[in-house]
Amino acid sequence: MDWTALWLSFRLAGLTVLALLPIGLLLGRWLAFGEMRGRSVIEALILLPLVLPPTVLGYYLLVAFGAASPLGQAWQSVAGQPLAFSFEGLLLASILFNLPFAVQPTQRGFETVGADLRDAAACSGLSAWQSFLRVELPLAWPGVLTASVLCFAHTLGEFGIVLMVGGAIPGETKTIAIAIYDRVQAFDDAAAGRMAAVLLVLSLATIALTLALSRHLGRRRA
Amino acid sequence: MTAAGGLSVELRQPGPIPLDVAFDCAPGELLALVGPSGSGKSTILRAIAGTYRAAGGRIAVGPEVWFDAAAGIALPPQRRRAGMVFQSYALFPHMSALGNVMTATGHLPRAEREGRARELLARVHLAGLEARLPSALSGGQQQRVAVARALARAPQVLLLDEPFSAVDKATRQRLYREVAELRRSLEMPVVLVTHDLDEAVLLADRLTVVSRGRSLQTGTPETVTSRPDSVEIARLVDLRNVFEGRVGAHSEQGTAIDWSGKLLEAGPLPGLAPGTPVSWVIPDGFVVLHRRDRPSRGERENPVEGHVETLVPIGQMAWVSFRPSHDGTLPLQFSVPLHVARRNGLAPDAAATVSLLTDGIHVIGPRTKPAS
Repeated sequence: MDWTALWLSFRLAGLTVLALLPIGLLLGRWLAFGEMRGRSVIEALILLPLVLPPTVLGYYLLVAFGAASPLGQAWQSVAGQPLAFSFEGLLLASILFNLPFAVQPTQRGFETVGADLRDAAACSGLSAWQSFLRVELPLAWPGVLTASVLCFAHTLGEFGIVLMVGGAIPGETKTIAIAIYDRVQAFDDAAAGRMAAVLLVLSLATIALTLALSRHLGRRRA
Repeated sequence: MTAAGGLSVELRQPGPIPLDVAFDCAPGELLALVGPSGSGKSTILRAIAGTYRAAGGRIAVGPEVWFDAAAGIALPPQRRRAGMVFQSYALFPHMSALGNVMTATGHLPRAEREGRARELLARVHLAGLEARLPSALSGGQQQRVAVARALARAPQVLLLDEPFSAVDKATRQRLYREVAELRRSLEMPVVLVTHDLDEAVLLADRLTVVSRGRSLQTGTPETVTSRPDSVEIARLVDLRNVFEGRVGAHSEQGTAIDWSGKLLEAGPLPGLAPGTPVSWVIPDGFVVLHRRDRPSRGERENPVEGHVETLVPIGQMAWVSFRPSHDGTLPLQFSVPLHVARRNGLAPDAAATVSLLTDGIHVIGPRTKPAS
């Protein structure tokens, strides 16, 4: 059992969720309530990682993170190390490829908060911020929760992009999914089986917890 | 309740929702905006509350200006102190009745908020149900929570957007009584939006007829429903007897109206020259059936002979369509109690005589184009 890889995967998934939570809230709310032109273009861009083959997205990210790109150079000058094949690069890639999983459910969550409810909040004297915290967020919460769980689970399982952008540096970019592949390649079926079982149990537990929570929230609202 | 100034509203914009409205509502007065669905009534209410911004106009409550397009003033809803009851109530589904009402008490010191919310819920007869979620309340109870929440802001204006449309008829009748009772204790202007004319007549001190974003006429229910300013208003307030005629001779008693050769006596119309084409209306309460055994009792009663075209019993009333002998183009419509219709032998094709009471004849004119 590669505990380092498991811990790295958890760290990556946790930080991805933390980073995507505000981004998802902002973008999801904006797409749900905003009246603007070009909305479908933005939605398509956000959905793109969902349909692109992971190796294609991974390739573009690798190019963008590389020492020849402006982003890679800027990172190198600030952090003193390259972005590609680093944990930070992996985190950035993870944030990008999880964007649809963070935005879509959150957007659907906010869409359940009708214009009447938001007007009622304003007419009751609530400021935009109070309305967000006391009316919108509690109602959109199941969507936000779904988004977080999906991002977490998807990060744990992502393989192609991680391999392209991060390689398999132990303790730096070698996640549990890569470790399983690594063990299979080395004909260490017992270790691969153990790690796969741990991921399976964790995934099942996550899904069960999400369903239970959203049912509980749904009951409270019904 | 808070002492409030009168509300004055003036809104104008060419689109996307065309608006051309102007009306006032005095403190303690209930003004109903009446008109068909899609006529812009709710948009007017939203403009007053501040959740919709019109391109032009002015909205003021007493000396306080909430919106003035020319001066660039547009206070956000949070600074307007308008209590709004939404059509579907828009209660926050995750909050209890108490929580919903407390949400609108942000202007009070923290310690007083719950007490005030409980007081308001008791006032709308919901004491004991404070902890219930909206989904555990009936439609009528939800409406009362919405009213309590609207009042919790100590509003300077109370706005009611079709508040009775989502409940059954029995509940609606009860809520009418409660609103009529409640508003006697309110000192602010109350604006009610409804498509139901009967509801407006029942509850309002004055009506404003709204159609396609325009306010057409404002007046007491009696005035608007019996003396409309135009043929369009007559149709909107469901006056079915709209006819065309010409101004006849003026006399001391009044002015004659020439209705296809039959002279009817109307009230004095000093401003209209003989021969002027006009439209005229008569509410069905002023069309009186003659008893078969007793003909017209006087010349001022404008007797009209004809025959019954259709007679439709609805409940205890009979709706009669009556075709005058002198002009068969349009029938007169009126209703009589069913037993009166039976006693007088009213039936399809039966000959009958009715009087058009002078007091009820209202002349709209002069007519500039043919009434459609």
